[in-house]
Amino acid sequence: MNQVKNFTKGFIKENPVFVLLLGMCPTLGTTTSAVNGLGMGLATTFVLVMANIVISLVKNVIPAKVRIPSYIVIIASFVTMVDLSMAGFLPALHAQLGLFIPLIVVNCIVLGRAEAFASKNTIGSSFIDGLGMGLGFSFALTLLGATREILGSGKIFGLTLFPDKYAMLVFVLAPGAFFALGYLITIMNKLAKKN
Amino acid sequence: MAKESNFKNMTLTLFVVTLLSSACLGFVYSFTKGPIDNAQTAKINVALSKVLPEFDNQPSTEKFTREVDGGILTFYPATKGGVAVGTAIQTFSKNGFSGQVDLMVGFLPDGSINSVEVIAHKETPGLGDKMESTKSDFSVQFKGKNPADFKLMVKKDGGDVDAITASTISSRAFCDAVLRAYNAYMKEGGAQ
Repeated sequence: MNQVKNFTKGFIKENPVFVLLLGMCPTLGTTTSAVNGLGMGLATTFVLVMANIVISLVKNVIPAKVRIPSYIVIIASFVTMVDLSMAGFLPALHAQLGLFIPLIVVNCIVLGRAEAFASKNTIGSSFIDGLGMGLGFSFALTLLGATREILGSGKIFGLTLFPDKYAMLVFVLAPGAFFALGYLITIMNKLAKKN
Repeated sequence: MAKESNFKNMTLTLFVVTLLSSACLGFVYSFTKGPIDNAQTAKINVALSKVLPEFDNQPSTEKFTREVDGGILTFYPATKGGVAVGTAIQTFSKNGFSGQVDLMVGFLPDGSINSVEVIAHKETPGLGDKMESTKSDFSVQFKGKNPADFKLMVKKDGGDVDAITASTISSRAFCDAVLRAYNAYMKEGGAQ
């Protein structure tokens, strides 16, 4: 029925970063460049999709009082799998993202979707929801990472656009994350109102 | 929807969930252990070949460790045709701007620095990460210097090292790590 809506809501209408303002820790911490933002986003997407599928599968056998601990264990397992696989196959990206990969466990979006969506819906819808939310998160992180990379070091995906002596270094540092995010949210709100 | 909770089914559920999770993790671990070890060995070997002069032994199989200042220094002796050509030391500093800095420092037998490579750090991108040889020429200034007459401190502290602009703390940590390696090298009698 409205699977398309389920999928697209993660991008604009219920974008985890720009609208729900969830998962701010990795959003502000890892978006020093577009590649880091994309890597973090895709890692989170994988965890979201897998956790949503599994939780939707087991939702009927888990007693209500222990559902949150069970969900956290499931989520933590997938995060550890991502962490180990990344360390083995993408060591350079793993070194860049560092501590933020294990921290996906405590990312509000993952548990939030598990509790608010996957525990109430079918496997199919949960998969679509996880994918949409995850890609929406990746999109937001890549956009924020690209903005900070262009303004802060004059590059995009590592390609130099202009010499870094003309760049505003503050955008690569922590305060720049807040500035860039604030302006992006403003722009998103403006666009959302027009529609 | 969700079942009613009682002691028995709660205990059983948590037991089964954790058991299955740990089984999955054990499987993934056994599957990724090889690639993770390889990636780390490859990183060390690349760093070794960069900081040491030409050698024909396997420094990573002849390594030994020393405990200094609450951390571990790893020594990689290099020889060519049986003659010692230098030693690479994996060293660290805990005074980085955001955590530990790990370096690989290659020393020649006379105690001078052949080259320095960064193994791992968490310094600020665009500032402190200029300590990496691919990002700026900061680490190049150590090449060929002998710490006996080249003071391993930034100029601000009365040393001979040109610090990275706006990253004095990262530069200090870099010097700290190199100095720690040099002192350990001297203590081991490496420089005859």
